[in-house]
Amino acid sequence: MNNFSNRKYIIGGIFILVVLIFIIRLFNLQIIDDTYKLSAENNSQRQVTQYPARGLIYDRNGKLLVYNQAAYDLMLIPRQLEVFDTTDFCQLLGIEKLELIEGIAKAKHYSYRKASIFLKQLSSERYAVLQEKLYKFPGFFVQTRTLRKYPFKSAAHALGYLREVTNQEIKSDPYFRQGDYIGKSGIERTYEKELRGEKGVKIYWVDVFNRIKGSFRNGKFDEKAVSGKNLHTSLDIDLQQYGELLMQNKKGGIVAIEPHTGEILAKVSSPGYDPEMFVGRAMNKNYQMMVQNDSLKPLFDRTMQALYPPGSIFKLVNALVALQENVISPATRFECHSGYHVGNFTMGCHSHASPLDLRHAIQQSCNAYFANVFRYVLESPKFGSVQDGYTAWRKHVTSFGFGSELGIDLPNEKTGSIPTNEYYQTKYRKNWRALNAISLAIGQGELQITPMQMANMIAAIANRGYYYIPHIVKAVGEDGALGKKYLEKHYTSVDSSNFTPVIDGMEMVVTGGEGSTGALAAIKDIRVCGKTGTVQNSDEADHSVFVAFAPRENPKIAIVVYVENGVWGSRYAAPISGLMIEKYLKGEISENKKWLEKRMLDADLINQAAAPSAGVVE
Amino acid sequence: MTRKVSLIKNLDWWTIFIYVLLVFLGWINIYAAVYNEEHQSIFDISQRYGKQLMWIGAAFFLAMVILIIEGKFFSAFAYPTYLVMIFLLVAVLIFGREVNGARSWFEIGGIRLQPAEFAKFATCLAISRYISQFNFKIHKFKSLVVAGVILFTPAVLIILQRDAGSALVYVVFILVLYREGLSGIVLFVGFLSAVLFIVTLLLAKLYVLLMILGFSFVCLKFMGLRFKQIIIGLSALFIGFGLVWGVVKALQLDVSTYMILVISVSLNIVPFLYYIYRERLKNVIWVLLIAVGSLFLTFSVSYLFENVLESHQQERINDLLGIESDPSGAGYNVAQSKIAIGSGGFSGKGFLNGTQTKFKFVPEQSTDFIFCTVGEEWGFIGSTAVLSLLLLLIIRLLFLAERQRSPFSRIYGYGVACILFFHMAINVGMTIGLAPVIGIPLPFFSYGGSSLWAFTILLFVFLRLDANRMELLR
Repeated sequence: MNNFSNRKYIIGGIFILVVLIFIIRLFNLQIIDDTYKLSAENNSQRQVTQYPARGLIYDRNGKLLVYNQAAYDLMLIPRQLEVFDTTDFCQLLGIEKLELIEGIAKAKHYSYRKASIFLKQLSSERYAVLQEKLYKFPGFFVQTRTLRKYPFKSAAHALGYLREVTNQEIKSDPYFRQGDYIGKSGIERTYEKELRGEKGVKIYWVDVFNRIKGSFRNGKFDEKAVSGKNLHTSLDIDLQQYGELLMQNKKGGIVAIEPHTGEILAKVSSPGYDPEMFVGRAMNKNYQMMVQNDSLKPLFDRTMQALYPPGSIFKLVNALVALQENVISPATRFECHSGYHVGNFTMGCHSHASPLDLRHAIQQSCNAYFANVFRYVLESPKFGSVQDGYTAWRKHVTSFGFGSELGIDLPNEKTGSIPTNEYYQTKYRKNWRALNAISLAIGQGELQITPMQMANMIAAIANRGYYYIPHIVKAVGEDGALGKKYLEKHYTSVDSSNFTPVIDGMEMVVTGGEGSTGALAAIKDIRVCGKTGTVQNSDEADHSVFVAFAPRENPKIAIVVYVENGVWGSRYAAPISGLMIEKYLKGEISENKKWLEKRMLDADLINQAAAPSAGVVE
Repeated sequence: MTRKVSLIKNLDWWTIFIYVLLVFLGWINIYAAVYNEEHQSIFDISQRYGKQLMWIGAAFFLAMVILIIEGKFFSAFAYPTYLVMIFLLVAVLIFGREVNGARSWFEIGGIRLQPAEFAKFATCLAISRYISQFNFKIHKFKSLVVAGVILFTPAVLIILQRDAGSALVYVVFILVLYREGLSGIVLFVGFLSAVLFIVTLLLAKLYVLLMILGFSFVCLKFMGLRFKQIIIGLSALFIGFGLVWGVVKALQLDVSTYMILVISVSLNIVPFLYYIYRERLKNVIWVLLIAVGSLFLTFSVSYLFENVLESHQQERINDLLGIESDPSGAGYNVAQSKIAIGSGGFSGKGFLNGTQTKFKFVPEQSTDFIFCTVGEEWGFIGSTAVLSLLLLLIIRLLFLAERQRSPFSRIYGYGVACILFFHMAINVGMTIGLAPVIGIPLPFFSYGGSSLWAFTILLFVFLRLDANRMELLR
């Protein structure tokens, strides 16, 4: 038929040859090579996940904040179950027979062949007893895991907690298996990937009695677990604990930042909770209790999620904006007659000498002065209209980090808001007047700012015009450098020369003698600069606020203290700020301020009426 | 009536019998691979074996439809079928659905179809039609180019879908061309390149070069060169090497021994060629050409390997050759698959008693790695039986192809046999660690409607042609 007909033999030969090679290979794999074979006894393998140790967390001085302790989960593979002595079993574990039956049913529902958790987190005593008798209960085995342990029982909001992964999380990240833990808040969540490490697996041969017969193929297919990386935080745990102590029985927050790095030294949200409450089997119960039954919302992080009007501390920003726009000079004086009066409009003020210049107006927190300053900016002829003036004002204000996320390495940061020109145009009319927004002059009205943003503002003032994004982790792992984002300076739109008169005023707030609103924040030998704030609160007592940094030259700490219902800034926030700064810079509180420390510790704004006034009026 | 009787009489029932047997065995193993205590009904269409049963039913129906169609139809519609298929391959690139990184699926009402599977059938028809034409001459440049275009177009489109495995199948048509008269040298060169590729990856380039040189001189002896001539050639090479080496050392250049040898060989090529020309040594020129070609190939292998192949492909080849063994990474599938098959022993663990495959150690168990289940549960006996059945089918197809009167049917038959062979060789080779991990299905065994239907169409069209084997189709 064809000249090439004989080639069918070559092609057929190739086919037969390949199949022959395959059969020889199969012969070798299945019959000669013993390594692949299972003896009759070793009838199944067990894959035991090797859980990596989660990374440890340290404070800025190398003190250990979070470490791991062993816990034991009793696992069950329903397919391997055999008849066993249930009474003995229940006694060993201290469970009811009904729990046993339900547990087995649940495991069967999950999978016949895959292991699922039967009982979580056995104590080590129970584990010791159980281990010896485990051979009597085929199908059960123990898996070691680790739980978090907190030696300081502090900084719960910043550290965050772990929770068992949900089914949804298992679906979205193939790393997770049922019963794994994931960081749900704080740095446990932000740095989840770095902290968790990599799981390993050990494969064992197991006989029909569930006894381990040795490593599978000498561990050739095992994978070692890789420990998570340690986190070195910027927290000063002594300062943090002291802050929590001062804030006991009060609602509010403290944020302390190291201005020249943006590192968060302390971050207190009060009331807080003991981080150990979210560890182990008690977690779900405690969580329910805190979320549903506690009206004080201890889980709510007031430093980053609470939106407050800033009050008088915002006058600092208004002063800086006005100086930058050149609409006032430090020597500009305005009169105050117990308030600011225009036509029918009145904004009250306390009684003090009049007229004042900028420095004294900051010292005495004169409302009328800043109402004038605010109008000077908005109504300045160089902008043409109040609306354009406002937009320019807003641009300066947002350059301090207000109204948007700062980008902190902690989850759930609130943005807050600075109203826009459009907002007022909708609320009033297209050509609204400066008086419509006058409450912004004294930090009231529509401003919504988190204590973290306030702390960032005071850090920017301490630096005379720039800030680093606040962050709580200094280094990931032993040599891990910080993300580039936290090493960049962010400049405000105010020139550094304009900060001097404002800082002069701030120093006078603390140590300016008569009329100083923040005298209780003073510390011997340290030049503290601060500003009080009292935030009007229509329904309840006013909030007490204080921002400060110290020392004046080359500042080491910038701080904000916000005490809900603390009435005046001078009453609680200023003394607490002073104590915090002293604690951080000197390590201890001097004898002559012990009375003040005691008063702060004793003050109970949640259960009792406010403590008597410190005698200084704002 | 007569036509039907003759159809039934002329059909090759042996092939149909083997086909049905293979499909049945495939289904049993899919059942075992995904078996689970909670879904015991074989008709449970939430499970893969339930679905596969539906695909099988549809495949049988397809087979019957094909047998009813006139044989002439397939040769007449070879080109239109091919063009429609090319159109679909382009369309799937644009409208297709991405699964596991490959954009190669159409989804119509919950059923997913993979045009690449059917493209093999269409290409096989088209190439058969083209080669069987009167004006086709295998060594005519134009004929080879057209045949190349017919084969490469679908392959390139499939590579664009990021499904390199399915595209590789088209390589096997070389065997079909060989049967139709393509020079054996092409096969030889292909084989040689493959060997060199592997050897170069395994050994240092210097040794490979020395081997090529040694081998060439041995060949020259067999080509009838006198001993004296070979000694002269060798001496020339040594002198050249010495000179280059001396120059390199004198100038203190940083040149490796390998490069020195390459340079001296290149220098020697010119006098060698002159000598060959003068002495009219026609045979020797081939040896020299192949040696130089090999040299060039080894030179470019590492470049090709590192710059043309993608990293996962490199890993698979490295793993296969045992260069970098990484049982938890790229080699995981193969390692697990070998354990599963190896643990089967002589007679296997028995139906549904496999543990390796049950615990999902082996991935893609019901599709690409279905042979693991066979190996584990049915042992050496079962896996040999399955391989033998597949071989029997393929050899039977070769036999049927040879008895065709019309070249079209013969070429098509060879195409079918070669495609089935390639799938079997790569798929089974992969599970036992003899071929790189290329995700192509085992014919009639692997789970999946598209592949089962495509193989069924491929096979039954040939059976239909075979029923008319005494007619001359054009």
